[in-house]
Parts: sequence; structure tokens; C-alpha cells
Amino acid sequence: MRERLATLGRRHEGRLALLVLVCAGFFAAAAPGFRSPGNLMNLLESHAVLGILAAGLLVVLIAGGIDISCAAIAAVSQYVVALCLIRWGGNWGLALLLAVGFGSALGVVNAVLVHTLRAPPVIVTIATMTFYSSMLLFCTGGATLDELPDWFTLKLSILTVPLPVLIAGAALGMTAFMLHRLSLGRQIFALGGNPEAARRMGCNIAGLQCFVYGFSGAMAGLAGLVQAYRVEEAAPGAMAGRELDVLAAVVLGGASLTGGRGTVSGTVLGIVLLAMLRNGLTLMGVSSYAFGWVTGVVLLLSMAAASASQWRLRNGGRHAL
Amino acid sequence: MAASLVELLDVSRSFGGTRALSRVGFAVRPGEVHCLAGENGCGKSTLIKIIAGVLSPDSGQIVLDGIAHARLTPAASQAAGIRIIYQDLSLFPNLTVAENICFHRHAGHAGRLVNARAARREAGAVMDRLGVSLPLDKTVGELPIASRQLVAICRTLATDARLVVMDEPTASLTHKEADALLASIRTLRAQGIATVLVSHRLDDMMRIGDRITVLRDGANAGSFAMAGMSRAHLAELITGQSPTAAIKARPAGGVPPVLEVRGLSRGGEYADISLAVRPGEILGLTGRLGSGRTELALTLFGMNRPDAGDILLDGRPVALDSCRAAIREGIGYVSEDRLSLGLVMPQSIAENAIVTVLDRLCGWFGLIEPRRRAATVAHWIGRLQLRTTTAERPVMELSGGNQQRVVLAKWLATRPRVLILDSPTVGIDVGARAGLYRIMDELAAEGLAILLISDEVEEVRQQAHRVLVMIGGRIKGEFAPAGVTDDQLREAVNA
Repeated sequence: MRERLATLGRRHEGRLALLVLVCAGFFAAAAPGFRSPGNLMNLLESHAVLGILAAGLLVVLIAGGIDISCAAIAAVSQYVVALCLIRWGGNWGLALLLAVGFGSALGVVNAVLVHTLRAPPVIVTIATMTFYSSMLLFCTGGATLDELPDWFTLKLSILTVPLPVLIAGAALGMTAFMLHRLSLGRQIFALGGNPEAARRMGCNIAGLQCFVYGFSGAMAGLAGLVQAYRVEEAAPGAMAGRELDVLAAVVLGGASLTGGRGTVSGTVLGIVLLAMLRNGLTLMGVSSYAFGWVTGVVLLLSMAAASASQWRLRNGGRHAL
Repeated sequence: MAASLVELLDVSRSFGGTRALSRVGFAVRPGEVHCLAGENGCGKSTLIKIIAGVLSPDSGQIVLDGIAHARLTPAASQAAGIRIIYQDLSLFPNLTVAENICFHRHAGHAGRLVNARAARREAGAVMDRLGVSLPLDKTVGELPIASRQLVAICRTLATDARLVVMDEPTASLTHKEADALLASIRTLRAQGIATVLVSHRLDDMMRIGDRITVLRDGANAGSFAMAGMSRAHLAELITGQSPTAAIKARPAGGVPPVLEVRGLSRGGEYADISLAVRPGEILGLTGRLGSGRTELALTLFGMNRPDAGDILLDGRPVALDSCRAAIREGIGYVSEDRLSLGLVMPQSIAENAIVTVLDRLCGWFGLIEPRRRAATVAHWIGRLQLRTTTAERPVMELSGGNQQRVVLAKWLATRPRVLILDSPTVGIDVGARAGLYRIMDELAAEGLAILLISDEVEEVRQQAHRVLVMIGGRIKGEFAPAGVTDDQLREAVNA
């Protein structure tokens, strides 16, 4: 039953999983040290921040929006939380609460702007991204905070799995549960699929938008905190440009920019693929400049494969005039 | 007589200065199929929105289950079991059939766990009640439009519907699909659920309706029992004019055909097609959806190359390997789906009308000359009697009939010698149809050869000089309209 009804999204994930396996096989044979457990854990650890950001962006994309400001929100809340922890001290619970709370507040600002201005979310969030990141540089003068409390920078792990990977796993798992197992998630899919119909069916559109952008902001706050934990400092420019990496990973994972489509498992595969490419190429001694164009080629090929299969699915389709 | 489920008493409503509804009465009894007919702009949608509680009337009363209200709210309307199926269906293309049917489980219950199994069971039960079978786990976006209609009906049944209002549900369906839809309306009636059917298709309404209310210019033209109503009388009620339907005689022969097709075949689509159209002739081509008629038209317009056979223009073989080549040779094609393929909706009438002839309007340096542009646009607006205050109005604000005129203008501006019209009157009301038919006749009288494709046999029989019937990709017969009845022709199509 289930395989017969495999949706396009699942097919995309199947292809992506195959690609991940092929890549893993290639690097295992060609890149020295790629196979070692230590390297694989390092690979995941270095992309945990990306994974947390991706969980938030995925939800916004499914709802038919986009959040370019996620990396900027991560940078701002990272700095604010670090400032609080240095000045007043605290513990992990407080740090998490502060990061998530501050991030989601900035996310809700996006939602309110998108909803009241009726402006395209891409423009609104580019504006807020520019505002947040330059405001951060303006207020801090670019100064890095590196006197983080000792309890915060102490490296933690459970069964050799480092904390960032644990947090990313929890964030992605929670997102999957919310999207696929809660009515809230179904409403988010509905909103992305047909906003007018969602309104007519009694969904609270403003509330849903506040939730998705707030959720993306919360994930950004969390990602900023994890980033500070990993590098043991809070730098105003730490996350600059990461939003496009996140977007690439989520889209590679099969989310649609027009809304209504996307899965957490696809997103995870997208991140793992990008992580393996970076890690494997580095281990093979290829110039770090190569990673960028390889990523570009992989993205284009993946999109081409997806649209080709969609074309076949429509059986040749109607000929447009 | 049973009490009315919902009744409008002397309801009026104005927008700005214009009166959309003027002292209209309308009553739906429990379990009846009540048709609502009238030309575009006669106030049908305003009336529906008042029942839905989306609009409030300026004066008059709405009686719901015996209680009079000055206005309804959407919540009150829904609580009374009134469900509206809008023309766009309001489905979620990315969710499965089961999820769409059972979406009421989610709205307003954000924290509730999804129970996919219960939803599938409920959706299955609803489909059984309606007597239809749909793939529960397919996404709605993969379904054909006819199945989506059924999903929308199932969704209303999943909540306790007592009255389902359908806004032109059969407009984009073929006859066979429309039959299935009408059958499901009968099922609703058998279960005591009332239906208000808004439609332009007189035949559908006559087959299914118990009663009909006709609106004309925002006022009642009356409510009638459907039994004993004739098609001609109904058309007269809707337009307020007596119909002038005369079968056309074949124009004088002797003129060589402008377009001739010999033994044209394309794998899996059509085979061994031979036909000829003379200047001034309207050739009807009818057949069910999938009979290959649209595919044939696309080949004649250069979109799909044939595997075998010849296309001759003025007796000269031509290779139509692109639509540009076809336009150059003097062939115009008005597609079936004019909304998505024929028009750029947000652009103005003028921009749409000249898009095919931009190169002809250019002067020095390849810039468009405003004077030539204005003259061309004005010419076609006058020629096609497009009722509009300005040519700069966006096309999406026009009625279906006027949009079709803009598409026609676009193609006529290329000065074609052969015009292919694919289902030109789908979704257009009776009055606007008459206008289009008159334009077609005038164009033919000026020497244009017209290939009229339609699945309404009445239309081709009345409008064409000759009728070809296509079945399974082959031409299975030629008829002179005077020699057959609608029923004979319908039989030939469904043979």
C-alpha cells in the first residue's frame, strides 16, 4: 500500500538517500580517514548549527513563506545571550530560555511585518536581516565577546555524542513531530498549499504566521547559542552569509519555495550531503574553494532531477501556449 | 409543503451606486435540488455570499429554520449546515484526499494529535455515502479536476451539511464527468441534503433540478418547478430575449479549401485524419475528451508534429513545426483553457490584444508606435463589441464572455485565414454565448475559415455548417446539421 502511494516528496528523499550513500562510498574509498567514527562525529558536530537553522526555515518554507533573516537573528540573540551570561551568570536552562525567547521575539516581528504590510516575505526578511546584522555591528563596534563563563564552554557529550549534535537532533525531531503528527503541522501544510482555502476552512492565518516565523526565530536563537558554545565566543559577524547555506540544504532536501512541500528527513539528508561534500573534499586535500562550486553543481543536478521526475509524473503534461 | 431551510425575503444589496440585488426572494426546501440561473453579473454570487454570511443585505430578511435574521455571519451560516463549494474548490493540492476531506479535524485544534487512520476511515465512510471511489492517499494536486470536485463535495459531507451550494461545478467538466457529478447530487438529495446548483449549462439544470430560480439584472425573473420546463423557455427566461436558433445551410460550394489535411496521424493521439475547411465555412469538430480533438488542433497550430500525413494551405503542403510558423501561415488558435494559457490576467485589455502583433506595431528602431497600438486596440474593441470603459483595464476584472473576446481580438489581430476555436464557450453565460456566436458568423461571412471544437453537440449543430465526430482519435462520421437531431449526434459521439 504505502510504496504504491509514494508521494513525490518521498521519491525525492529516496533519490537523495541514494546520492548520500554513493557520496559516502566514494569518500570512504578515496578520502583517507573519512570512515573513522571520530571524523563522522566531527562532520555532524560541525553542521549541527546548520541543522538547527534548517529546522526553522523548513517550517517557514512549508507555510509558504521564507526567512532570510534567520542567520542574522542567530547572531543577534547569540550576542545578547552571551552578554547576559557574562554580566549576570546563570545556567544552561536560563541560557536556552533566553536564546529561544529572544530569537522567537525577533521572528514574531517578521510575522507581524509580513502580515500587516502584506509584503513578500523575502523582501521583509531581507530588510530585517540587514537591519539586525548591521545594528549588531553598529552597537558593538564589531567587538567579540570571548569571556564566556566556564560552565558554558565546558564540552559535554552523552555516549560520545557531542552536545550540539544532541541539540540539533532534538530540534529536528521536535520539528518532525510538530509537522507530521500535530494538527498544527497539518494547518501549516494547508496554509502553504492554498492560503485562501485555509482561511475559509477556519485556520487562524495570522496566528499560524506568528507561529512559523516565531518558530524559525526560536531555532535561530538556539543555533546562535550552540554556535557560541562550539567556538567559545560570540562574534557579531559569526553567522554572516549562513542563511544561503541553510536555504540550499533545505531546498536540496525537497522543500518547495512555493510552499506546501518539505520533510524533516529530506532536510536532514540535504545537510548530511553538504556536510559530507565539505568534509570529504577537505580530507582529499582539495582546495577549500572547490566546495562552493561543487555545492552549486549538486544543487542544480538535484533540482534538474526533481523537475524531470515531476515532468514524467504529469505524463508529458499539457502543452502550454 | 415543507418549510424552507433557508429563505431570502425581499433582499436588496448595493455596491457603491450599483444595485446587485433588488428585492429578491429565494427559498430552498430541505432535500431539494434548486438551480440558480442567470447571466454573468445578474447577482448570483452576491446572493450566494449573503447565504454564506460573507455579505450582509442592505434590506430584507434571511429566514433560517424559521427564525428571521437581518444578516448572517459566516459562523451562523456554517452552524446551520450551509456549505459553499466555490468555483476554485478551495482544496489543498499538497495534502492527500483523506486529509482534505477530514480537514475539519485540524482547523482550530492546533495541539491535537493527527490520527491518520481515523481520518482515512472517516473519509472512506463519506465516500461510501456519496457512492464514489477516490484514491485516499493520493495528493489532490495529482487528481483530475472532476475528481477534485468530488473531493470538495465529500469534504462538505464530512461535516454535517444540510445545504450544499455549488458554484458552476460542471463548467470545466466533460459530459461524462458532469454526469458523475450530477449523480452525486442525486445521492445528496436521496439523503435529504439540499443542493443549490449555480450553472450556465441548461441541460444539466434541466436534468437534475427540482426547481429553478432565475435572476435577471439583480431581480427575480421568477422561481419555477423544473418539470415541464422546455430548454427554449428556460433560455428565454435567462436572457429575456426569445432565442433565434436557425440551422445553417452549407455555404455555396466551388471554393477551394483554405486548409486541408490528408491522412494525418500521430502515435497514441489520432490517426488517419482527413478534413478540409473552405473560406467562410464553420467546421464543427466534436467528440469526448480524450478523443484526440485537442491534440489534432495542437498539431494544426504547429505545437506537435504529426508522424504521417500532409497539411495543405491553399493546396500547398506546409510544414508547421512551431506555433510561430503556424501564425505566419495564417492559423490562429484559441485554446480551451483561455484563463491560464490564453491571457496574461493582470495585464490590460490592450496589452493582451496586441501581444501577437507587436512586430507589426513597431516603427523606427523597433519601438512600438503608440498611435498604431491605439488604433489596433480601438479597432478590435469596436469590432468585437467589448463593453469596457477603457482598454487599460486589467483582463482579470472582465467577465468570462469579455475575456473570450480579448482572446479573439488577440488572434484576429494576426489576420488569420483559419481560426481554431477550442471549446470557446466553456464557462460563458447564455447571453455572452449568443454574442460570440454572432461574432463567429460575421467572421465567417467575411471569409474566415473556422474550426470549432466543442463537446456540446447542440453548439456544433447550431453553429457549424458541417459537423465531424471524432472517436478514439479517428473521424467516425460527417453530419449536415439539418439532417440530424441533437440526440442522434450525441449518440454518434458516445458510440
